[in-house]
Amino acid sequence: MNSALFVNIFRFILLLAVQIIIFNNMNFLGFISPYPYILFIILYPVNSNKSGLLAASFFLGLCMDMFSNSGGFHTAACVILAYYRPYLFKFAFGLSYEYQTIKLNDVLTPERFSFLLLSVLIHHLILFTLEAFKFTLILDILLRTLLSSIFTLIICIIIIYLTKPNRR
Amino acid sequence: MQQIFNFIYKNSNRLLFLLLLGISLFLSIQSHSYHRSKIISSANFLSGGVYERINNVSEYLNLRTQNDALAQENARLRSLLFMAKDTTFITKLDSLKGVNPNEIIVSKVIHNTFNTHENYLTINSGSLQGVKPDMGVINSMGIVGIIDNTSNNYATVISILNVKSQINAKLKKSDHFGSLTWNGKSTGYVQLTDVPRLASIRKGDTIVTGGQSVIFPENINIGTIDRIYINNQNNYYTLDVKLFNDMTNLGHVYILKSKNRDEIINLEKKEEKDE
Repeated sequence: MNSALFVNIFRFILLLAVQIIIFNNMNFLGFISPYPYILFIILYPVNSNKSGLLAASFFLGLCMDMFSNSGGFHTAACVILAYYRPYLFKFAFGLSYEYQTIKLNDVLTPERFSFLLLSVLIHHLILFTLEAFKFTLILDILLRTLLSSIFTLIICIIIIYLTKPNRR
Repeated sequence: MQQIFNFIYKNSNRLLFLLLLGISLFLSIQSHSYHRSKIISSANFLSGGVYERINNVSEYLNLRTQNDALAQENARLRSLLFMAKDTTFITKLDSLKGVNPNEIIVSKVIHNTFNTHENYLTINSGSLQGVKPDMGVINSMGIVGIIDNTSNNYATVISILNVKSQINAKLKKSDHFGSLTWNGKSTGYVQLTDVPRLASIRKGDTIVTGGQSVIFPENINIGTIDRIYINNQNNYYTLDVKLFNDMTNLGHVYILKSKNRDEIINLEKKEEKDE
């Protein structure tokens, strides 16, 4: 239990640091930037306290907002993603999923991929919608969501493969 | 009562979600309004500090480009110099308006404080170099402060980040003036008080030194307007001015000799006596 807590705190700080130092400076074509820090919410232990996840996501988003001068967009997107995560599990892994058996930090299967894709899409859509905050920019929002999601997804999968625990 | 508690306990997760979502949406919407809150911004101590650390490292990586930029500027200035010799066209050597290069003493900051309410700088030239109290101190970005005391080889400067300092300043686009003070909070911002409500001001306008000051020449850069407040008691504006200068990171400074200062002061004294 304690080790899981430490792993999560470590993951929180590490992902945030990497995001701020490296990924926030990435700007392809001026508007496509990846946000792999949401891996913290995605990889949070499946069967642990939901309120804890909500609070942690809130602070994660708040830190991101602080560092990127962006009001509360990241906070809102993170909180919403954290709240709807169980529903995404249900959608991706089927109704009869068992909490204990889901391991995300592993080889990519269609279920895991669809869960990742949906999480990233939801987060980015909310983030860019709040950032633009205008219905006239809806095409721009959708384009940015799509391109940035692809970018984030690729980096997330790379990170998952790199940090995957070794199997004996 | 029991049922209320039951309800809260049952839906604690959902209520927490709604609370957090409400806070974040409030922050989001607020950030879109004109007078945005600065609580969640990279100007605070945590993110500012981290960025400063990062900057310290990345500064080294940028040294090559910095050198290139300086070399290019040197080349440009040199070409101006050579061209001036060949033609009758006289180029202005100094870009600071109203400052004669003969009236500048170049000096270096050797000690700098910015974390108290009354901050002073120490520079390495003093009365032997011609520095006298009440001279203005600037650098290439804008104003720094006013000379306070001098010894033979050193002088102290009242930084503009000092609650005691008061400098006449005005808007660049119009001549509405006010006095520049510091509220002691942030090293990046000073306050321009007593600006009349008639003045049309906008966020981002440039503030320069005013013509009423006998210490600074007119039109030396200070900063840009960052926030605008209206003083309810006397209907004057108070402006937060974001300094061009990074007062926490000062190297070489220029001290301005003002020849006319004594003359102006004597004249004004005479006026007062006559009355």
